[in-house]
Amino acid sequence: MDLVGRTIRELRAFLDRGEVTSEDLVRAYLDRIEGWNPRINAYITVTAELALEMARAADRRIRSGQAGPLTGIPVGLKDLLITEGVRTTCGSRILEGFVPPYDGTVVARLRQAGAVFLGKLNMDEFAMGSSNETSAFGPVRNPWDPERVPGGSSGGSAAAVAAGLAAAALGSDTGGSIRQPAALCGVVGLKPTYGRVSRYGLVAFASSLDQIGPLTADVADAGWVLEAIAGHDPLDSTSIDRPVPALRDLQPEVRGLRVGVPREYFIEGLDPEVEAAVRRAVGVLEDLGAEVREVSLPHTGYAVATYYLIAPAEASSNLARYDGVKYGLRVAGEDLIDTYRKTRAAGFGPEVKRRIMLGTYALSAGYYDAYYLKAQKVRARVAEDFRRAFQQVDVIACPTTPTPAFRLGEKVDDPLQMYLNDIFTIPANLAGLPGINVPCGFTAQGLPMGFQLLAGPFEEEILLRAAYAYEQAAGIKRPKPALG
Amino acid sequence: MGIPREDVLHVARLARLDLTDEEIKGFAGQLSAILDYVAKLDELDLSDTEPMAHVHEAVNAFREDRVRPPLGQETVLANAPEAEDGCFRVPKVIEA
Repeated sequence: MDLVGRTIRELRAFLDRGEVTSEDLVRAYLDRIEGWNPRINAYITVTAELALEMARAADRRIRSGQAGPLTGIPVGLKDLLITEGVRTTCGSRILEGFVPPYDGTVVARLRQAGAVFLGKLNMDEFAMGSSNETSAFGPVRNPWDPERVPGGSSGGSAAAVAAGLAAAALGSDTGGSIRQPAALCGVVGLKPTYGRVSRYGLVAFASSLDQIGPLTADVADAGWVLEAIAGHDPLDSTSIDRPVPALRDLQPEVRGLRVGVPREYFIEGLDPEVEAAVRRAVGVLEDLGAEVREVSLPHTGYAVATYYLIAPAEASSNLARYDGVKYGLRVAGEDLIDTYRKTRAAGFGPEVKRRIMLGTYALSAGYYDAYYLKAQKVRARVAEDFRRAFQQVDVIACPTTPTPAFRLGEKVDDPLQMYLNDIFTIPANLAGLPGINVPCGFTAQGLPMGFQLLAGPFEEEILLRAAYAYEQAAGIKRPKPALG
Repeated sequence: MGIPREDVLHVARLARLDLTDEEIKGFAGQLSAILDYVAKLDELDLSDTEPMAHVHEAVNAFREDRVRPPLGQETVLANAPEAEDGCFRVPKVIEA
């Protein structure tokens, strides 16, 4: 029986019927990781011994009839989710030897659910990047074409799920870092509403935008994982105290659902194959009885500029903590200030330095009103666009990325071109809305494409239902990359 | 054209970053290109718009201030680059 490349539900059924043990599963995944990780570099750290130990504990729990939905399921964690006793690097030299003394909330929730951790997944350094090329641990390669990027910043998470190196993974999304790599690797990636999932124990990048979410083989699996990690947490004051809807029994029903297609997302620079695939996906929803109409989000064209003021500003403040005093790298200098400067110079890579510089500039005396404050005003306009649109429609359907996966090195010397890759994902972060990438076919060259659905705040149930209905009707196959 | 070298150095000082000459040149050009791009926000008349403070307009989030067992000194210091006598050790800050 082929154990990798299965959905969580398939694995759950095998485990519950006693056809396989979690230990069998974990051994199969570890074998595959051993074979393929040297080629695609999805994992920074593989915790084989720990995984087998967790699997045996899960098997005891399953035998005693105490299994939950995720008990015994092998998952991977983006390496910015802190894990007690397991090195957490954030893709950076500055945290290369950092071993957290406690679990973040989502990690603790998965642990309690009995999920098995295979290891820590590669990512752009401090989640700053759209190609995974900024990782201090080397780039991740796209399993569909190793000469191409997997997207970023959760590139390791997307590549691992696509290549069958984890049944599911967690990532984080600040400007598209779950949805964009999901689109480029052909998997489902869900960014929940801001505040839906606790970020206690998530290494902070831009705190008004960051959100944790799942990358999975299909839509239903995303519901399973989100249900397990969502919910209020008193340790994260931005997590919202609202009930989590039941997400494990989605109905593929969209009759009468109002689907908005924003005209500002179909612009010059959108790849014609991607555009055609997105329009076909909208057509599938229409055939299922959804009411499709055009909507307008007039400030879309300002979202990237807004984001590249707000996110670096918040990052420059959040990353001030890496000073070589309490944890992480230290490079000794002549005095304390010199130690800070040398430590940070040696520990951060070029993209992180660039964002710290940009953010510090935007917040510095005399520039605050012209940059940060102005960006927060435009952000309010972007959010208002969505508020109006969601008075007319229930979900919005649009592209996730302008193009399929691009080549390694193609955009690495041109930061602005790299930033523009997030043009369709950033608005949902600015407005705090949930969004999902749903695979919708392959290009003539065999590269995956995805489309994006967005919904109003805390409407993950509607979002997943629409995505699920599409997936069922489109009959999207989930071929595994040949990894040849 | 880039932003002036003195400005780059000033920002690097604020950010506690030592930069090489090559980095200073590179950032002067790149930051200026990014700032030129974000100048498109000036196209908008924002005089009637309040800056966003929070996406959900949340108010203060309170929780019970309960005592929990701490991590413990040894655990906390385990990641320290240098520790001594239960403290983080840093270069001398105060002149004798």
